[in-house]
Amino acid sequence: MLETESSENTNSDVTAIRGQDIVASVDDIRKTYYMGALSVEVLHGISLDFYQGDYISIMGPSGCGKSTLMNILGCLDQPTEGKYFLGDQDTSKMEDDELSSIRGARLGFIFQSYNLIQQLNVLENIEMPLFYQGYSEGDSHEIAMGLAARVGLDDRVDHKPFELSGGQQQRVAIARALAVDPIIILADEPTGNLDSKSGAEILNLFDELHDQGKTLIMVTHSDEMAERSQRLVCLRDGLVESDDRRNA
Amino acid sequence: MTGATLNSPKLGSRLNRSPSLVTGFNFIRFKKITEVGIKSIYSHGLRSLLTVLGIVIGVAAVIAMLAVSEGASYEAQQQFRDLGASNILVKSVKPAEVEESSRSGFGPPQAIVYGLTTADITTIRNSIPGVSNVIASRIVKKNVWNGGLNMNTDVVGTSVDYPVSRNYNLRAGRFFSESEMRDHGNVVVLGDEVAQALFPIDNPLGKTIRIDSDYYNIVGIMESEGFSNLGQNQAGSSNSAPSRVFIPFTSSKSRFGETTTRQTAGGVESETVELHEAIIQVEGQDGVIEVGEIIDQILQRRHKDIDYAIEVPLALLRQAEESALRDQIVAGAIAGISLLVGGIGIMNIMLASVTERTREIGIRRALGAKRKDIIMQFLIEAVILSGVGGLIGVVLGIVIPFIISAFWGMTTIVTPLAPILAFSISALIGVIFGIYPSIRAADMDPVEALRHE
Repeated sequence: MLETESSENTNSDVTAIRGQDIVASVDDIRKTYYMGALSVEVLHGISLDFYQGDYISIMGPSGCGKSTLMNILGCLDQPTEGKYFLGDQDTSKMEDDELSSIRGARLGFIFQSYNLIQQLNVLENIEMPLFYQGYSEGDSHEIAMGLAARVGLDDRVDHKPFELSGGQQQRVAIARALAVDPIIILADEPTGNLDSKSGAEILNLFDELHDQGKTLIMVTHSDEMAERSQRLVCLRDGLVESDDRRNA
Repeated sequence: MTGATLNSPKLGSRLNRSPSLVTGFNFIRFKKITEVGIKSIYSHGLRSLLTVLGIVIGVAAVIAMLAVSEGASYEAQQQFRDLGASNILVKSVKPAEVEESSRSGFGPPQAIVYGLTTADITTIRNSIPGVSNVIASRIVKKNVWNGGLNMNTDVVGTSVDYPVSRNYNLRAGRFFSESEMRDHGNVVVLGDEVAQALFPIDNPLGKTIRIDSDYYNIVGIMESEGFSNLGQNQAGSSNSAPSRVFIPFTSSKSRFGETTTRQTAGGVESETVELHEAIIQVEGQDGVIEVGEIIDQILQRRHKDIDYAIEVPLALLRQAEESALRDQIVAGAIAGISLLVGGIGIMNIMLASVTERTREIGIRRALGAKRKDIIMQFLIEAVILSGVGGLIGVVLGIVIPFIISAFWGMTTIVTPLAPILAFSISALIGVIFGIYPSIRAADMDPVEALRHE
């Protein structure tokens, strides 16, 4: 069941995980939005370290800055102040093209509304991040087929997204997020649009990913989901209110 | 889902792959983007078709109009070649008022004397510098017989230089010689049409034909006649039959005389014409138009009536060239306008497409697409649109001239350059009018784009 490279992580306790590599860290980041003369600071200085194999839920009331933090973690946005290290790279001063590269190579995105491209079939959707990384057609096909099988959709590879259920679409999105074997998988309310059964399937998948040592950061409103993660970060008014770790 | 496991031996091997190594132009990438573009265009089939209509019409118009004007200019040049670049053609024309009175059919037998004379020719030859040669011809309509076969044709009495002066070559045999000219020889050179009509099977060379009561030895056959209708129609002379036979000028004069009589409704009419046609050769093309004007002045002084017509092929060519140029400017303007309209149409649809696909742009950006990838995607789509339009336009543009030729008998020539040029322009239009929408797509904030509904 377990991947060789990550098997050492699975039975470890908190301290062991603390001993693991830091895969990403934010250091006192602030984010200010400017609307004409008006400026609003949404994040007031957040510092967090993310370890290899972390399974983190981020919770908080709306307007607390979850989305802004996720956008920064996803390199879709940049902090106004502070530093964000992804691996060994400081992304806070990167150019647009470098950010694109780093998103494509090191991050996997799972969205609430799946965000599959409607004209493309399942296989092509999974292949897309590989395409932007310049993988050959043969390689990306092989990888995408493998991932489709891993999420249980190998019999649906030529279906278009609208021919699939919500749960199936989200599984395609997960496969797509795994395609480039990212450092961190970012999930923004991944079960928000799903019924409880499909949601549970997705969470089972996340558990498996965690068991394999993937680093997962998930924004959620649901306590039940947060329960399953291993570390819970609560935000309030642009600050970290609590950061609790528990044994999975 | 229950059966799915997350084991994959592939994953580990991909970890150490550095994505930054892959840069630059990549054919696979280009192909993939093109495929996506075609899918997207195909998913809006009708809309895409309507969008490219402007380009289709523009390209088809350019090619068709160029083909028509190319055909016209080819025809003009063909006439020009037939008549000779440095030639001036002077023809005898029955004066208008004489023709009128002879038609009325009353009064005494008409004896009309008109047209060019040997004296005119001598004056022209001697008084205008730059005239190198004058070939005068007499043209008489006769029945030409080979046994039982006969053909009504123009019998041209002319000099030995005639073929050279008109770029008119022999197909077989020879033209008559100076000595035959001197001797008023009974020799004839047949036009190709006449040869084929009178000698459908056997070779006419060495045989004889009969004109009136005289037999003539056939010494040569001309090439198929390329004479323009232009010259003959404008001269207004009766010898518009394309088929001709040629005999020495001296023979024509002594066998047929200068006066022809004709039975008309009102009585007998006689026409006396010394020369029917003269080709005046000028040294070099530069002076041709001026020499034409001088000839006109001389003949005006020497003739009471306007019983002659002057044709300067070079002047006709210039006219034809001017009108061809005008055609091309009009074609260019129409093409330019419709390509502009087509381009705006493409820009419009690309902007709509960018707005519609904002979410897709956001997704692609999140999954690693750089700005230039997005620009490339939309630019390629615009070029595919205009290229497909251009291709349809090229097909139409090649078919239309065929239809024009078939139904109106106009000469049309589709040069290979026209479709290539028109197609390239249409692809260029795609690039030019695709740039702005593409940049707009690429400039979208990924966060905003992902939030877009």
